[in-house]
This record gives sequence, C-alpha cells and structure tokens, in this order.
Amino acid sequence: MQNIANDIITIEHLSHTFGDKTVLKDINLSIGKGEFVTILGPSGCGKTTLMRLIAGFLKASGGKITIDGKEMTHTPPHLRPVNTVFQKYALFPHLNVYNNIAFGLQLKKMPKEEIQKRVMQVLKMVIMTDYEERDVDSLSGGQQQRVAIARAIVNQPEVLLLDEPLAALDLKMRKDMQMEIKAMHKKLGISFVYITHDQEEALTLSDRIVVMREGVIQQIGTPTEIYNEPANSYVADFIGESNILNGIMIKDSLVSFAGHEIECVDKGFAPNEPVEVVIRPEDIYIFELSEAAQFSGQVTSCIFKGVHYEMMVLTPEGFEFMIQDYHQFEVGRTVGLRVKPFDIQVMKKERHLNTFEGIVVDKNHVKFLDQTFKCNEAQKFAVGTKVKVLVEFANVLLHDNEEEGMLSGVVSFILYKGNHYHITVLTQDGDNIFVDTNDIWDDADRIGISIMPEFIKIENI
Amino acid sequence: MTKKLVTYSYLGLLLAMLYAPIFIIIIFSFTEAKVLGNWTGFSLKLYTSLFQGGVHHSLTSALWNTLIIGLISAFASTLLGTMAAIGIHNLNPRQQKAVQTANIIPILNPDIITAISLFLLFVSIGISQGYTTVVLAHITFCTPYVVLSVLPRLRRMNPNLYEAALDLGATPLLALRRILLPELKPGMISGFILAFTLSIDDFVVTLFTIGNEGLETLSTYIYADARKGGLTPELRPLSSIIFITVLVLLLVINQRAVKKKL
Repeated sequence: MQNIANDIITIEHLSHTFGDKTVLKDINLSIGKGEFVTILGPSGCGKTTLMRLIAGFLKASGGKITIDGKEMTHTPPHLRPVNTVFQKYALFPHLNVYNNIAFGLQLKKMPKEEIQKRVMQVLKMVIMTDYEERDVDSLSGGQQQRVAIARAIVNQPEVLLLDEPLAALDLKMRKDMQMEIKAMHKKLGISFVYITHDQEEALTLSDRIVVMREGVIQQIGTPTEIYNEPANSYVADFIGESNILNGIMIKDSLVSFAGHEIECVDKGFAPNEPVEVVIRPEDIYIFELSEAAQFSGQVTSCIFKGVHYEMMVLTPEGFEFMIQDYHQFEVGRTVGLRVKPFDIQVMKKERHLNTFEGIVVDKNHVKFLDQTFKCNEAQKFAVGTKVKVLVEFANVLLHDNEEEGMLSGVVSFILYKGNHYHITVLTQDGDNIFVDTNDIWDDADRIGISIMPEFIKIENI
Repeated sequence: MTKKLVTYSYLGLLLAMLYAPIFIIIIFSFTEAKVLGNWTGFSLKLYTSLFQGGVHHSLTSALWNTLIIGLISAFASTLLGTMAAIGIHNLNPRQQKAVQTANIIPILNPDIITAISLFLLFVSIGISQGYTTVVLAHITFCTPYVVLSVLPRLRRMNPNLYEAALDLGATPLLALRRILLPELKPGMISGFILAFTLSIDDFVVTLFTIGNEGLETLSTYIYADARKGGLTPELRPLSSIIFITVLVLLLVINQRAVKKKL
C-alpha cells in the first residue's frame, strides 16, 4: 500500500448487496496517482459493480470511498472527478462526433473557442482528426471506442474508468488498442482503472492487478507478483496456465507431491502441513530420461502452439503434468522431468474438508444445508445438539440428474489437480460444496449432490 | 399464370372493399344532391358552404372542438406517458411486469366501461361536465398507448447512455433533457400521433363525459345529426378533407422514416 497522500482513490470496507445477494464483500483498495490498476475476474465476480460504485452509478451498502482526498461515498456521479469509458461505448446517437466529445465541456459552460481547441486536441490524440462531423453510427467499433475514450479524457478527469473497453473488438484490433491505451496512460499521467476478464490484457497493461472472485479480492499485486506468486489456487488457475497439485510440506524447503519429495524454497509451514503446489508449465524441464530427472513419465499428447509445444506427461504414479517447451517430444516417449526449487510455488491450503453447521434431528439423521441426511454417527449425540458436520471432498457424490441428489447445485469452478478434479458446487441456497472427483464435469452443469451416511462425520462445536 | 391472376384479383377485391366507402364519399362530395347516391352534376357548393360563416356554424365549431381537444389530450398524454415509461423502465423486472399489466388493462377494457366509470367518477367528485371532463377522459385512455410506444424505444436504447451523461457532468434533469428525451423522440412522436387520432376518433367516452352544455365534438355532432334524420351533406366534403389530410400526413411521416434509414 502506498501512503494516503499519493492515493487518488481509497476504498475501505466497501460492500454491496442486490436484494439478499452480496456482490461485494469488504473491499479494501487504494489506487495511486497516475497508476494503472486492472480489476480482473470472471463475469459475475463483482468487478463491474465495483467500477459502478467508484463512478457513483450505484449507492454502496456499506464502506467508504475517498476520491482525491474527499469522502465521496454518496456523491452523485456528475460531481465526481472521474470519467468512464463504457463497454458498449454509450456514445450519444443523436449527436455527431464533435458534439459527443464536447458534451462534458459544454455542460461546464466553457467558451466555444476553448471547447473547439480541446476537442481537436483529443481527436488528434486518439487519431481521429477529420472525423468530427461524422455520425457516430457510421463509425466502426474501433473508431467508436476511440471517440468514447476521447469523450472521457477531454474533461481531464483525475481517474479514467474503463469497463471492458476492448471486449467487443476483434483480436488484432484489441492488441493495437491495448498499446494505444498504454501509451495514452503514459501521456496523460492520470490514473486508469481498467476492468477486464482477460488475464493476458491485465498482465500486458497494468502497474497493479486486483484479482476478484465472487465479490472478494483474492490478490493485489504487480503482474509479475500475481503470475509468479499466486496467493491461492484460484489465482494460479485464472492467470496463465499452471499445474496445481496437492502436496505435503515435510519440512522447510522440502515438499512432497505427486509421489516424490522435492526441494523447494518455501519456509514457515508446520511440519507435514497439507499444501497446494503450483508449477507453471514453462518451468518444467523435459528431457531424455536420465539421472537428473525428478519425475519420469510418458508423453500422452503433444500440441504445437506456435512458439512452443504443449505436452502432457503422465507419471507412473498417475499424475499428469502440463509442460511447455521449445523441443518436441513425441507421444509415447519416456521422458524425465525436473523443476528448479525456485519455480515451485507452495501455497497454504484454503480448506481440507467440507465443514457445515448442522443439528442432530434424531438418532439416525442430521440436518445441514437445509436438508436432512441419514448419518451413522448421529446416535452418539443427543437430539437437538448443534454439531459441526465434516465431509471429505472425495466422499461427495455428484449425479447427472438433478433429482437424483439430495441437494441440487451448479458447478461454479473446476480445478485440475494432476490426478483428479477439485470442483466447487454452488447450491441453490448459495452454499459452496467442494468435491474431489475423477469424472469430468463442465462449468455451469446443473447437478445433483448426495452424501452416503457413513461419510458424514459430526463433532461437537 | 392463373395463380398470379387469382392472387392479384383477390388483393384488388380486398383493397376495393376497404376503400370503396371513402371513395364514394369523396366522389359525392363534388355534387350538390342532398341524398348520397344522386349525382346532380359537378359542383363545389358543399365545400364553399362548409366554410361559409353562419350556415354550418355548429359543424365547424364541432370540428374545432375536436381538434383542440385532440391536441391538448395528445400533448398531455405524451408528457405523462413518457414519464411513466421512463419510470417503468427503471423498475425491477417483476414490478415492471405488474405495472405493464396495469397499463394494458385500460386498453383492453371495453370503451363503454371506461366511459361509464369516468362518468361516475366525474359526477361523484363533482366536476361539472364539459370541456375539462372530455379532455381529462381523453388523456386517461390515451396515456397507456403512449407508454406502449415509448417503452420499446427505451428498451432498445443503450442502457449506459443516461449514465454516460451523468458521468460527463450532467445533472439528472439535464441528462434527461439533453440525452434521454432526444433519444425517445421518435417514440414520443408516434405516441402523440396515436393519441391524437384516438382522441379525434372517440365517440363513446366523449358522449358520456361531454355533458349537456351544448359542447359538441365531430363524433357527437354527427351522431346527433343522424338521429335528427339524415346526415348533413356538408359532412361529405368534411370527411374528404380529413381523409386527405391524414393521408398526406402519413405519406410525409413514412417518407421521413425511409430517409432516416438511408
């Protein structure tokens, strides 16, 4: 965090709810003067809500927003020193390019010559000179985007908010515009807050990236920090490609995963603490099997990706690694793998078991997640006891047919862990159930969930 | 070949049936005969006597009343309906559905029910029947149509336009005037025209709310005239003029729409 004097925006304990749905939870973030900050996350993670709160289009349910040293949590949008570039441009269709850009200045009652001068200046900046008389509908997507940017920056705001500004453009155009936006940021010297779901765009453009998921900030850091030291498996999976595996931290600088004990550089974990290990596919060395190998394995697939080959290698212990290398190893070849200690990122495990609050209803049943489950251990407790219910990830059964399960839910996140999938299922009531499975499910699949009586463990709170 | 002939003659027959009555009226407006159907030679006498002061004073004053009532109610209902549409658009989907249903009921409601209800309402709150009550009644049944013609325009509009205006420093009122209303203008114009024609066209509601102070609109005048025995021949040129005016108006509007698209 920078010191307050250099921050243009400070957000403290900001939260927002729609009805009974919480979309933002306790957001703390500060944005420095002249900084390029990207808010990154999948759709529905709350990034657009956060932007709308900063712009003032939404009223925060709780928390505080300070812009340029003034508390502005409840200030209406037209009084904030912030301008927005909208995802679908939102150019005024009944005005031409010139009047679109001049709109904000005209409202400020600026003299005509001054307006003219400034509009021409920004048109030059976005390389749209000679377009001022054109109807906005007659412009291409990229040109409309330029006009939208010009319309925002002509007001010389302290902060420019950009809500997925390039989402509607094709790949080539997007790349060009990225570079232009970056150059523009340098030239203007104001802060940019950039909203996107495109991790590559975030890594390319930003000074700092804020990774969000389900209304919660997962990690704030520079692109290199986020890429090399992801805070959790979600960030590791979302940013770039990665191998994420369960492991055990034997002692400082020694971690066991995929059936081998490997040297690493991480310290400070409890002995034998379960952890998650992240290795980027380009950090694994692949070679003809030799003494130097930490793992051996067989290449199961090899795809040419332009610059490199992407290969999957299956070890005799049954773990799969993704490897990116300039050299090709054909399918079926036996290879050796090696990872440098520095390239292994060890993370604390966020959770080890599904934990729910429940209540014993009779000697065979326990109630949790608003559903009564048969449970062998219930007899050990008096009826009506409040208990902690524990279910191992691997003991949750998923059914194709929603009705077959005791609960139904939607697959909200899938993480491949080398030899199994770790799936997050969002139930109808908004609870998360975590499942380890070998079956392949798709994102947003609607599924039934059930748990066998013998796998429901309960203990006193 | 025969198939083509059959389809075209069917179409021709259909159009002839639709337009025959109005063409007959137009043709017979250029003759003097008192009874429709007698051709006594070409003459413009009916046209001149229509506009001669005194002779058909009640007919022309009914015409003026109709036009003025139509303009006032169209103007008021366009204003009310547009504001209502903006309000409805900003509700959550469930509320929107409820309010829209409430908006459609007066449209589906038989005229006679609307007429009787309004009549009873005006009597019970003690507004004397006349100009005011007719205008109020017309605004009442025209407004839902304006809502219906403005709402689709709002739905098709980029949802960020209003916010973009606020973002650029416009107060909510300025954003409404400078951005939202220009965007809604086409919907408002068609709503206005719809309300105006509905008002001119209305008979049932007008009859129940017009009172007996001698106020007449075109429709009540024609009704009374017909009951006295025989329609005044001057109605023929009047109908012709109204028809031609509407036709020209329609052509102009269509022409504008085509130009806009290009």
